[in-house]
Amino acid sequence: MRHEFHVRVGPAAFRIGSDWRAPIDQMRALYADYPAADFTDFTVRLEAARFLRRFLRPSAAINGDYRLPDAAPLPLGQGLLAAEMGMNLQMALGWRRQLILHASAVEREGRALIMTGASGSGKSTLSAMLGQKNWRFMGDEFALIDMVSGDAVPYPRLISLKNEAIAAMQKHAPDARFGPLMQGTPKGDIRHMVPPAPAIVRMQARAKPALLLFPRFGYEPAVREIDAGEVFMRLTQASTNYVALGEAGFEALTRFVQNIPARAIDYQSGEQAEALVNQLWDQLA
Amino acid sequence: MSGTASPIQHYRAEKAGELIIQPLDIMTLIYHRRSGITHIVADPVPQILEIMKQDIVTAGDVMQRLTDIFDLENRPDSGAVISERLKELSLLGLVEMIDAP
Amino acid sequence: MKDAAILVRALRDPASTTALDSGGWTALLTLARAELLLGTLARRLEGIDLPQPIQAALIDARLNAEYQRRSALWEADCARRALTEFDGGIVLMKGTAYVAAGLKAGEGRHIGDLDIMVAHKAIAGAERLLLTQGGWEWVKEDAYDDAYYRDHMHELPPMIHKERDRMIDVHHTILPMTARPQPDAAAMLDDAIDIGNGLSIFAPEDMVCHCAAHLIADGDLTGGLRNLWDMHCLLSEFSAQDTQFWAQLAARSRHHQLQPAVQRAARLSARLYGTSIPQSWAKAHWHDSLFIRRILARDGWGRGSAPLTRLLFYIRSHWLRMPPLMLARHLWTKWRKA
Repeated sequence: MRHEFHVRVGPAAFRIGSDWRAPIDQMRALYADYPAADFTDFTVRLEAARFLRRFLRPSAAINGDYRLPDAAPLPLGQGLLAAEMGMNLQMALGWRRQLILHASAVEREGRALIMTGASGSGKSTLSAMLGQKNWRFMGDEFALIDMVSGDAVPYPRLISLKNEAIAAMQKHAPDARFGPLMQGTPKGDIRHMVPPAPAIVRMQARAKPALLLFPRFGYEPAVREIDAGEVFMRLTQASTNYVALGEAGFEALTRFVQNIPARAIDYQSGEQAEALVNQLWDQLA
Repeated sequence: MSGTASPIQHYRAEKAGELIIQPLDIMTLIYHRRSGITHIVADPVPQILEIMKQDIVTAGDVMQRLTDIFDLENRPDSGAVISERLKELSLLGLVEMIDAP
Repeated sequence: MKDAAILVRALRDPASTTALDSGGWTALLTLARAELLLGTLARRLEGIDLPQPIQAALIDARLNAEYQRRSALWEADCARRALTEFDGGIVLMKGTAYVAAGLKAGEGRHIGDLDIMVAHKAIAGAERLLLTQGGWEWVKEDAYDDAYYRDHMHELPPMIHKERDRMIDVHHTILPMTARPQPDAAAMLDDAIDIGNGLSIFAPEDMVCHCAAHLIADGDLTGGLRNLWDMHCLLSEFSAQDTQFWAQLAARSRHHQLQPAVQRAARLSARLYGTSIPQSWAKAHWHDSLFIRRILARDGWGRGSAPLTRLLFYIRSHWLRMPPLMLARHLWTKWRKA
């Protein structure tokens, strides 16, 4: 393709091809500190729907090894978002080397806190915020669980900030590098942020999962216990490759649920969440 | 043909080697190797599968074996409950409906 | 990378891949995935000493193929259980049949929907049992498409399972009823081979006829590389088992009005994958090269290339399936709805 970029995020290597230059330039700038990749596991293509559309009303169709047949193209101004969505999709549908949980993860002293929940739960913002404190950011979208050792494998892609979280993080992390502000995306305003340096430098350093949280934003602060059966069910629903992994996935997830304490937490502000996280970490992890 | 040759339905459980049974607090996980499907079940499903062994049995046989081992109180609707569970299990493929021996 | 020739070379001669650089490997695996041949390729490359990142990707592909094999066999078993009361033969088709029979064509093969065949007169009964006993439902209720399927097609409209989210296609013959060749579906059912549990697969010659019909007469050649790989494996395996195979295949394909399709598929398979076929089968036809170009039309980014040959074959594919007036009516209905 006309423009091409390779990058490694944690264990996975990507090749992005684009009919336009701009998204590739943006990726080069934001992924400047990430390792390069020769052989790549996945290909993402940003393509003009028709030849002439490249010039007329440019919009980028998201294609690649795996694609959703009914995915609408994005305006070229959101090309970076299109590339990131394409990379997520390849992982979600194609990755088999670890059990994938749709979850964020942070690490401290070799042990990992995993947070999962529906979108809007705040798991992504929470991981970004803790990554600015005394935690190492491991990923805001996928937690990868090694099926033999049970370790959490980092997947520190660019942090995807939405709406109010953008201003909040700019205040918390004034020195961080940010991508272009993309307004009017299907999810509102989106801006990507480069994770803190330790997250990238140590992207091969695994951690032992020690605590699983199901955060929920917008409710009075509270902590609830959850039955192991429910945790298991929720995690199968939060995994994009559990079914495909078969028996190995079953064994890994069963061990995870039996060994890792889990709690649901409600919160209304970042400060409340941080206090709850620290309290539970000290008690349980 | 099931259900036509004999008025009483007979069943046989999936081979034990095809099932990984893992208790998880009040529930039990069953991983079914042949289908790759994970089932989350409650009592008395694991007990039913266990006492069926590889024998060809009716709902009545299952009820009898359960009461022998687990000291259940034999309520009038117990037989119907077991029958229902067996039908559900056969839809999931964990139990096979078979023609009367 | 201009076309899919490197994928053909790798399938044909796995050891040749040791010469690839990392860019070549990326292109090869991207192409293989786009042609739904990644699992097949990964099985072919088993045991060859390759760099770790390549091995890791190939292990993923083998895991995934194993998952597809398991799911396909399970879907077949679910259909069998739903059809316990069905009176008549049930034939597994395509990928599910290959893995159920342990054929070489099934090794690592991508398998999507479950395809089965039953007798034409019994198809309503099979449909009823799948809907009432098995938990399948229609993908969409649409009067036009429905009538179209029933009047002209060789299968029921697709059904999907409510919980497992998997599709089943129930056929009563192997080509649309409007297609010019009219294979003898009843003979195919009569000669099908029981594999236990009330399910069967086609006899070897019929399996090849179906594969060829699928490749040449029934599609726009999308997925041609995979279909020809099936063809290559079936021909190689069956001809090695039975010295009379080629003569029987010739006779059977004539009976099904599929001799040109079967011979072309055999020639293309020989040209691409090096299948050994009888001398008398090997005489090239003038447009074999056009077929080959169309089948190889994909680049190292996984993009279908050569759009002109593509369009040509799309029109050809519709032409083969439907008499022209019917085609016009069909397209008109599609345009009006769009």
